[in-house]
Formats: sequence, C-alpha cells, structure tokens
Amino acid sequence: MSSSPALALPFDETRRRGGIMSRVLSSDLPRSKALTVILLGILLLLAATPFLFSGSQPVSTAAKICVFIVLVASYDLLLGYSGIVSFAHTMFFGIGGYGIAIALERLGATWGSVLIGLAAALALSAFLAVAIGLLSLRVRAIFFSMITLAVASAAAVLASQLSNVTGGEDGLSFQLPQALRPAFRLLSEPVFGTAVNGRLLAYYLVFFVSLLVFLGLLRIVNSPFGRVLQAIRENEFRAEALGYRVVAYRTAASVISALAATIAGALMALWLRYNGPDTTLSFSIMIDILLMVVIGGMGTMYGAVIGAALFVLAQSYLQVLMGAGSAALAGIPLLPNLIHPDRWLLWLGALFIISVYAFPGGIVGRLRQARQ
Amino acid sequence: MTEPLLHLRDVHTHIGPYHILHGVDLAIPQGELTVLLGRNGAGKTTTLRTIMGLWQASSGQIRFDGRDITAASTPDIARSGIAYVPEAMGIFTDLTVRENIVLAARSGPVDKARLDWMLGLFPALKRFWNLPAGNLSGGQKQMLAIARAISEPRRLLLIDEPTKGLAPVMVRSMIEAFKALKAAGETILLVEQNFHAASALGDNVAVMDDGRIVHSGRMSELVADKTLQQRLLGLSLDAHQ
Amino acid sequence: MSDMAAPSTAPDELPRAKTDWLPLLLIPALGLLTLPFVGSPSTWVTLTVAGLAMGMMIFLMASGLTLVFGLMDIINFGHGVFISLGAYATLIVLGPLSGWAQADSLGLNLALLALCILAAMAVTGVVGAVFERVIVRPVYGSHLKQILVTMGGLIVAEQAIHAIWGASPIPIPLPQSLRGAFVLGDIVMERYRVVAVAIGLVVFIGMQLLLNRTRIGLLIRAGVENPEMVEALGYRIRRLFVSVFVAGSALAGLGGVMWAFYRQTLTAGMGMEVMVLVFIVIIIGGLGSVGGCFVGSILVALVANYVGFIEPKLALISNILVMALVLIWRPQGLFPVARR
Ligand SMILES: Nc1ncnc2c1ncn2[C@@H]1O[C@H](COP(=O)(O)OP(=O)(O)OP(=O)(O)O)[C@@H](O)[C@H]1O
Ligand SMILES: [Mg+2]
Repeated sequence: MSSSPALALPFDETRRRGGIMSRVLSSDLPRSKALTVILLGILLLLAATPFLFSGSQPVSTAAKICVFIVLVASYDLLLGYSGIVSFAHTMFFGIGGYGIAIALERLGATWGSVLIGLAAALALSAFLAVAIGLLSLRVRAIFFSMITLAVASAAAVLASQLSNVTGGEDGLSFQLPQALRPAFRLLSEPVFGTAVNGRLLAYYLVFFVSLLVFLGLLRIVNSPFGRVLQAIRENEFRAEALGYRVVAYRTAASVISALAATIAGALMALWLRYNGPDTTLSFSIMIDILLMVVIGGMGTMYGAVIGAALFVLAQSYLQVLMGAGSAALAGIPLLPNLIHPDRWLLWLGALFIISVYAFPGGIVGRLRQARQ
Repeated sequence: MTEPLLHLRDVHTHIGPYHILHGVDLAIPQGELTVLLGRNGAGKTTTLRTIMGLWQASSGQIRFDGRDITAASTPDIARSGIAYVPEAMGIFTDLTVRENIVLAARSGPVDKARLDWMLGLFPALKRFWNLPAGNLSGGQKQMLAIARAISEPRRLLLIDEPTKGLAPVMVRSMIEAFKALKAAGETILLVEQNFHAASALGDNVAVMDDGRIVHSGRMSELVADKTLQQRLLGLSLDAHQ
Repeated sequence: MSDMAAPSTAPDELPRAKTDWLPLLLIPALGLLTLPFVGSPSTWVTLTVAGLAMGMMIFLMASGLTLVFGLMDIINFGHGVFISLGAYATLIVLGPLSGWAQADSLGLNLALLALCILAAMAVTGVVGAVFERVIVRPVYGSHLKQILVTMGGLIVAEQAIHAIWGASPIPIPLPQSLRGAFVLGDIVMERYRVVAVAIGLVVFIGMQLLLNRTRIGLLIRAGVENPEMVEALGYRIRRLFVSVFVAGSALAGLGGVMWAFYRQTLTAGMGMEVMVLVFIVIIIGGLGSVGGCFVGSILVALVANYVGFIEPKLALISNILVMALVLIWRPQGLFPVARR
C-alpha cells in the first residue's frame, strides 16, 4: 500500500513520552480527543457490562466484542502493519477453538486440559504459519493471499470431514472447569445485583486475557520489529537493500498474528462452551474480520477495537432496526429487499469499498485527521 | 537554423520520491545520429523513458516535430513516429521472430522491400524466423529489437545501449548496421557506453552526468579535443571499467 | 496469418523450437498411475470423464482470470461473482422457456442451453465492464487495495444476488435429454459431462486460435509478458485490457452456467466456493498462461476425482497437495510466462 497519510507513521513526532498510560500503550496514544473518549467508553463498558445490563445477551455480545478485538487486532498486524493479505486467519482462530474443545471433551473439564489444548493449538498454529510462510517463499508474493485462501478452505473441509475428532458440522460442546460453570458461586451474595458466579468469572477471563493480548500486540507494533514491518510495507525493495531479511520478518509477523488469533479462538470456545465450523472456521468470519479491520482503520490497532465493537453491535442490534425499516417499506418492489435485515452485509460491503478508496485509515484515521 | 526534430527543455523527472533528472536540455537534429554518453546511473535510460512517456516529466517541455508531447501517453508518442529499443530490449520471448515484427509494424503488413532491407541488415533473423524469440542469443535479440524499431518508417529511433554485453564481432556488425541506418536517413538518439562505437557513429554527442546534460556538440570536435575528452570521458568511463 | 510475406530467401537451417512436454505428460501419467488403485477399468473411465468434465468447467472459469492477472497484474478476488451471476442469469431464460427444458428433444434442449449461455455471457460481460470501471480501475498498482476492493465487490454482489433472487438455494433441473448417461458395455458416462467436455474443448481451441492466429491474440500474449513494450509499440493496452476483462467475465459466466447445471442448484456463494480451485489452477498453471490453466484445471479435477474414489476423505485437500508438489517442482507454475 502506498504511503497514505492516515496510516500510522513509523516515527511519529507528535507522540508524547512518559506517563503510565503512555507506557501501557507503548507510547502509541490515540492522538485524538474523540478517539480517546470512544476508546475509554468501550473499555469501561466492556469492563462493567455484567453489572450494567441484565440478561445474558449483553454479556455475550460484550464477550464476543472482546474476542473479536483480539482477532481483528492480530489481523491488523498482518494487513495494516505488514501489508500482507492472508485469508487463513480464521484457520488459526479455529485451531484455538478446536484445541480447547477437543482437549476439554477428551481429557475432562480441568484447567490442565485447557492448558494442554491451548499449548497444542499454539504449537500447531505456529507450525502452519511457518509452513505457509516457507511455501510462499518459493512463489511470487501475490500468490500469498491465494495460497492462504486455499489452505484455509482445506482446513475447513478437513475439520468437517474428521467428524470423530472435531464433531464435523455439528461441532463440539463441552464442560468447562468447575470455576467457570454457571453453578459455581465465588461469593454467596450478589454484588450490585449481579451474581458472582462462574459465568462472570468466565467473562472476566475473556476480558482480561483479551486486554493483555491487545496491549501485547500494541507493544509489538511499536517495537523496532514493528517499525521494520512498516518499512517493509512501504518499500519492500528498499528494506531488503537496507539489509532486512524481508521474508524472515514477514514470517515472524505471520506467526505472531497466528498465535494471537489462536488465543482468540480459545477464548471464544471457552465462552461459548462450544466450538464448530460456524463459530470460528467459516469463510464468512474471515469476511467479517476484513470488514472490521478496514472500517475501523488499518494499521492503527485502535481500529480493531472500534471496528469489532461497531460490527458486533451492528450484527446484534442493527438488524432489528433494518427489519423495522423493511416492514415499513413493504409493498414497494426491491426496496424492502435491500434493507431486509439479512441484507446488512450489502451496506457494510459498500461502506467497506468506500473506506478502501476514500479513507484507508478507516474511522480511526478520520478521527485523527479531524483533530488537525 | 531549423528547429530540431526533438527538443527537451529543462526536463525534470521524479521516480517515486527520487528526483532523477535535474533539468535536461537536449536537441536532436533531423537526419543525424546523436550519441548520449554518461556514466552508469547518469540518467540516460531515464531520459529515453521520459521521452517515451514511460516516466512522466514533472516539469519542463518535450517537443517532437513541432508538437508538445510532454504529457502525451506512451502509445500516442509511439504513434507520432518514435520507436524505442529499451536497454533490456523488450523482446516478446513467447512470440516468434516473425510475430514480434508483425506486432511492431502497427500500421499493417511490412512491405517486401523493407523486409528484405531489414533482413539484409540482420541476416541471422531470417534463420530463426519462426522460432520463439526467447531462443535467440543476446546479440540476435538485440538485432530483433532494432529490426522491430525499423519495421515501418519512423521519424526517430531511441536506442538504449545496443552493444551492451556483445562480443567484439557482434559490436562491429552492429556498427555496420547503424551506418546503414544513417545512410538511409534515419534520425537516431543512441545511448552508447562504448566510445569506439560512439565516435564511429555519432554526428553529435551529448554527455550526461547526475541527471543533467554537461556537454553537447559535434562528435568531431570531441574526438579532436583530447583535454575535453579527458575531462568528460574520464567521467564517462570511470564507472564503466 | 497473412500479415506478412515470408522472407524472400528460404531459411537454411531451422533449429527446432523446444516444446515443454513434461507438464502435459503429467495427465496420462496420472491416469495410468491411478488405474491399478481404482481397480475396474470401467469405473476408471467414468471417473476420468467426470474429471475431464469438471476440469473443463474449471478451465472456463479460470481462463479469463489468468489473462487479466497476467496482462495487468490485477488480482481480482471478485471473479467468483461472475460465476454466480452467470449461473443465476440462466433463470432469465429458464423462466419463460421452461417448456423447452421438459421437451424430450435434444435439439430444443441444446438450444435452451445455448440461450442460457448467451444470456449469462451477456449479463456477466456487461457487469464485468462495470466492475472493471467502478471497482478495479481506481486501484491499479496496489495489490493490497485490489484484493480488498474486489473482495468488497464480491460481498456486495453476492448480497445483491440475494436481494434480487432471494437467499435460498434455487433448484435448476437439467434439460430432459441431457439427464442420464450413455452406457457402452459396462462403461457409464453421464451425458451432461460429455456435453461439458465438448463445450470446454471448443472454447479452449477457440482461445488457442485467437491467441496464436490473430493480431489481438498476439497482443494479449505480448502484453502478458511486457505490457510496457506493447505500449511503446503504439498500442493502447488499456483498451485491450478492458476487452480481456469483459471476455474473462463472460467466460466465467459461461463456466457458471455449466457449473450450475452440474450441481443443479443455485446459490450466491457458489462462485466463491469454486474460486479456491480456480486460484489453485492459476497458481499451478503459471500466471497468464492459458495452456497452463488448461493443463492445471484437468490435473486438479482428475486428481480430485480419482482421490475422491480411492480415499474420499483426502479428496478436498488433494488440491492443496497437488499445488504444493507443483510449486516445489516449478515455483513459477507449470508453464511460467516470462515477465518484465
Ligand atoms: N525504478 C527506479 N526507481 C528508483 N530509482 C531509479 C529507478 N530507475 C532508475 N533509478 C535511478 O535513476 C538514476 C538514473 O538511472 P538510469 O537508469 O537512467 O541511468 P543510466 O544512465 O541509464 O545508467 P546505466 O548506464 O547503468 O544504464 C540511477 O541513480 C538509478 O538508481
Ligand atoms: Mg541505462
């Protein structure tokens, strides 16, 4: 991608130094008042969701947002920071999910199983990421996306074929370790009217692990390693001429991103107590990730937060609105079809195309520009 | 004095962020052969590509035959009668020798007299007529590239280092071919590092360094003036050896 | 071509052009190799015909894309749209002419198929022209944006198909006389597959003639190798490119029709589903090589059919294995096209 002003610059003079906040965020501050407010809002809402809303739907939505923030941020490391388009990201997401699901189903509902499943999944993801990297070493760079697409679809087929291990199309349901089950009570009394049970613990497990991984990714993109990735994205040949081993850096980025996606998949499975092709492996999730990262803002990390939050909320609530609109327009040809709740992807797709053309920095890029 | 066929005035060219040509002034008179000399990286290829519209000049003016072609598209520039033989020759290796020439003669079939003349200049091509051009040797590819340029009447030939990497025998036959082209009245802008070939062929000479023309004049004057030669060609040949 | 006389003197000695036969030998070698595993020769013939039919359909869908790819260095992830759209365009014809499909007349049935193909190619050709103008043209030169934007085009177009024709799968029955199979002794060949092979062969031969015997064809081949030089010879490559893009879209539409009748159901996602195969074929065939695309399609389809019979679980990842093996053997694909 050519240098576009909206993308984060490798060396940003406006960046302030010092302060705990700055250190936690690896000196990569939001750099826009509106953005800061929105990000803080999302953080606080996610942190407090179980206490603010009743019912299971809001908490589930919040958990999904947390998981997708990690998933999308890790994809941004590839797409936005390294200029690599991979379609295998859901494969790693799926590996994480299946790792947990298979381990907990086979080895029993213990923390040990969780660890074993996660470790095995991470190892497999790392291995596959390196293998894809090495295979694409031999071919032209533009084949990379196509190869990842092929590999990911093979993985999806494999998962549905090996039904005695993966549960096939039906997926796997499993028991969580004792402490994460709804029946488990940490405190006997509710806090602020919310029962402190295993479900709540599971939510905060998802929340804090997501937060940690996100901050870790933020650290990585702002490290010297991340700067090299961006230099490669801007001008591969010059980076090569400066002595950086482009392939090694890109493969390393693929591996890191794959590992983070695997963790996201594990969290997703833990939260749902289920894993199947539709929750982690399907190509439509890959499309969702693309939409989130581009609309949120490529190469900004914070775009992942905004993109994921917006998208998951839209998925859960916008469709209701569209349904109302569609019903109101009944009788007119085609129009009700276009705003039918199932057609929301049509509009997101259009927004996506416009984003790529008109504001490649996405929402975050817009907000930062508006500040100036 | 009549207006030159091709005239570059203060042409600047940027490639991406890099400023490569820093104000090139160059006049190519009708019916003569002008040699463009200069050490590696001086900007000779960039000058030819800018004339062809393959790089866009960022400022300055290029006039060809009384017409401003600075902003014209490459196909339009080619259609106005300029043929280009790039440094890498641009042979279509998957096509046969014949097909390469068929494509180059855009306005229709090559007439027989021209074909015979062309193949008289480069007899080797005749032998490989129906062979994929990728099978030709480097020297034969160069011949094909030049044959393509003259496959129909042109106003101006831009030829980038035709003797590069050729054996001495080949260089000699290339020089003969260029003499024949001169005799046929072609106007040629020739980039040439080989001073022997350049001095044998050039009517005029221009020397480039660092994106500018640092000397231009008659070739005979340069050949006669040893100190000038020393100053310019020391510079010209340094990097070459 | 009568464009130019041969040189006046007879060529003395002509060194022979080296033709690269090895990749072509892969196909018979594969056939022979699998024969013992399949066991019965009649089953083997059935599988082979099925593989060839599938290969031809993949070729139809992939050939345009490989040229677009080679000619302008454009990655179009939205190519699958044209496959789906071509498939749905059959409804335009099948709606009013459903009688023709039921008629037990080979002539009427084939005419119906031909009309479906015409309608599909017209629709996908027009949409291809729009797609090129609106989606692809603004992002020349940036692969990353091309992938993203054409992916976006795919999402929007699939949704548009849903909006127009509904989201649920639509069954489309084969015309009466194309159903069933030819039986020769104990060899069973489905009729429709034979028709698909015939259509695929006709298109392939047509393309070969176009590419090798016409000026346009020469230009396309030259443009795949070195577009800049084609421009320097005075040709406007943009126009050439737009026509190739439109033709490639129309071919995908044709492939879509054939594919739709093969599956006998329409879904908006059917194009994207085969795109995986299409990409594999383009990669192993060699970017921009129509011949490579043809050999690659047949190879992939035959392997899928043989393996599907011998070890069904492996069938769908067999493509990946084929791709990996070919790339290890020839990293640029079976028939690499020399480039810039
Ligand atoms: N595509 C490009 N991107 C960046 N810089 C370029 C590019 N092409 C050429 N240059 C630079 O432009 C300058 C002039 O190059 P050019 O090829 O015109 O020189 P030249 O005189 O033809 O040299 P040579 O004798 O080696 O052919 C060089 O410094 C070169 O590095
Ligand atoms: Mg040069």
